Amino acid sequence: MNSLLEVSGVSVTFDGFRAINNLSFTIGPAELRAIIGPNGAGKTTFMDIVTGKTRPDEGKVVWGEMAHSLLRMSEAQIARAGVGRKFQRPTVFEDQSVSDNLVMALRAPRSPFSVLWWRPKPADMDRVQALAAEVGLAAELPRKAGELSHGQKQWLEIGMLLAQEPRLLLVDEPAAGMTLAEREHTTALLVELAKTRAVVVVEHDMEFVRRLNCKVTVLHEGAVLAEGTLDHVTKNPQVIEVYLGR
Amino acid sequence: MTRTFLSRNPSVLWFLLALSLFTLGVTLMSEATGAALISTSFVKTLGKTLCLCLVALAMDLIWGYAGILSLGHMAFFALGGYMIGMWLMYARTEEIVVAAMANEALPATALEIRNGIAGQIFGVVGASELPPVWLFAHSLPLQLMLVVAVPGVLALVFGWLAFRSRVTGVYLSILTQAMTLALALWLFQNDSGLRGNNGLSGLQNIPGLGHVPQATLSMWFFWASALALGVAYVAVAWMMSGKFGSVIRAIRDDEQRVRFLGYPVEGYKLFVFTLTAIIAAIAGALYYPQAGIINPAELAPIASIYLAVWVAIGGRGRLYGAVIGAAFVSLLSSWFTGGRAPSVNLGFYTINWVDWWLVLLGLSFVLVTLFAPKGLAGLFDLAAHIRAPDRKGAPLGPDDGALMEREARK
Repeated sequence: MNSLLEVSGVSVTFDGFRAINNLSFTIGPAELRAIIGPNGAGKTTFMDIVTGKTRPDEGKVVWGEMAHSLLRMSEAQIARAGVGRKFQRPTVFEDQSVSDNLVMALRAPRSPFSVLWWRPKPADMDRVQALAAEVGLAAELPRKAGELSHGQKQWLEIGMLLAQEPRLLLVDEPAAGMTLAEREHTTALLVELAKTRAVVVVEHDMEFVRRLNCKVTVLHEGAVLAEGTLDHVTKNPQVIEVYLGR
Repeated sequence: MTRTFLSRNPSVLWFLLALSLFTLGVTLMSEATGAALISTSFVKTLGKTLCLCLVALAMDLIWGYAGILSLGHMAFFALGGYMIGMWLMYARTEEIVVAAMANEALPATALEIRNGIAGQIFGVVGASELPPVWLFAHSLPLQLMLVVAVPGVLALVFGWLAFRSRVTGVYLSILTQAMTLALALWLFQNDSGLRGNNGLSGLQNIPGLGHVPQATLSMWFFWASALALGVAYVAVAWMMSGKFGSVIRAIRDDEQRVRFLGYPVEGYKLFVFTLTAIIAAIAGALYYPQAGIINPAELAPIASIYLAVWVAIGGRGRLYGAVIGAAFVSLLSSWFTGGRAPSVNLGFYTINWVDWWLVLLGLSFVLVTLFAPKGLAGLFDLAAHIRAPDRKGAPLGPDDGALMEREARK
């Protein structure tokens, strides 16, 4: 199978604690995947490794058709290569307007010199308008991001992620702090996005995962415990013991 | 969205208006071009103040916008001064040496003139040869290039090393302070080639312009300083108004997040660090010909700390704040330390402002930091009835954006 991201045999140790232990993971170019697992299973560390924040002690992380190793790239280079990440807590630039936040995220050259001379073209502002409409913030464009509610910040961050046009989306607990209606909107959006790109969702909420209706990877103690449909993995006795049984 | 740069930044126009009126006022009151209401030395003080405003602008860019508290920018300022000072001193001494040798029977050779200049400049530190760093001192264009190049390259190399290893916050501040201290200690040595603790002097005498009175020269430098400040202000405001400014402020607030957006954070920091070093150097090159003398004490870490204090008191994060802070505090400082401020007699103790000014400055710095974080520039908000919400107390709702107790009471 042609894969977009291939993580193989990755291990990382923090002060003697094995956060990731010989982990292997593969995702295709247009696929939705949920990662579940108890606290400390290594979900966040896994994302840190893929986005370049943490360097693994051993193993390979290979990206794209050209099979580039992500391990030699900086966070910014990985992001430019097409990996977008949404944090659990919404992290938007609170001191700046919603529109400035989106403009910053828009896919465009990122070097200081090209950004210095960059000025928005009508097409760019149309794109910002469209993105804001998609995440329900069309009326909030001139407001400071810091004035938005928690849920609106979540949406703004999702909008910024969309503006980046990543090929792989890493989403950490997208539904946290959202109302039921917003959760449904998020589910629909993620399913829709996964038609054209790879989406990895880390989630605690089983109901949310069920609604995503996708392949599930269960992490435990830094390694893959089980993989398959939600029904398949929930029948796995090991999974029941370490995660669902509690 | 389609509004122009100036309509989005009305403060730029106001600033330019104020600067022009100030320049016009001083021009009309000066000895050389006006009614002689203010002395030449005061014109020089005002011209120097404009240069300090310019370096404060650079400090605001690096600290207020990019969030990097550099405690070494006065080193770049002084280096700019040294670079221009070398030419001023060399060319001026050349004039004197040539005039002295004109009476001799044989015309002086180029080597004799060069040796004469070296003896004149370096006799004071017991040397008689021009050190290699004076290689370009005979040429104004080359030395002007060095004004930009030396501090620029130093900032580039220093910044590259520091930012690449992701040194941030207080550790970076300490590093910048160590840099300026090391540079000052090096310059204090006689064999550094820049006359040790004597520094460079006589910089107010501009070579080739001996016939122009100081009153006129002081106006020329005043105008040049005002022009440099105006141009830099507009340029920096333009930079900060676009996406570049957005990214810079984002780096200040959460640099890790900016990395995940794909921006090379280190490159941006290096760009701003180097740019502000160059602005500081240009300010220094305009300052020291007005001051007349430069010595390694100008690079002392305390100078850079003052710079941070000016920007903090003026209000960091907005350009006019930095300018107001630098102008206000440095003028006040020269008033207090110049012995013109009347002493306060408390009966049991007399407050002599020359000694107590620093205490007063330190106290106002603490008070501004605690009670008026927006600084003097916050007064404009007060006038415009913009008030930051008082977000103290407990939140009234579950969301981050919920009203806080005290807000709701209003």
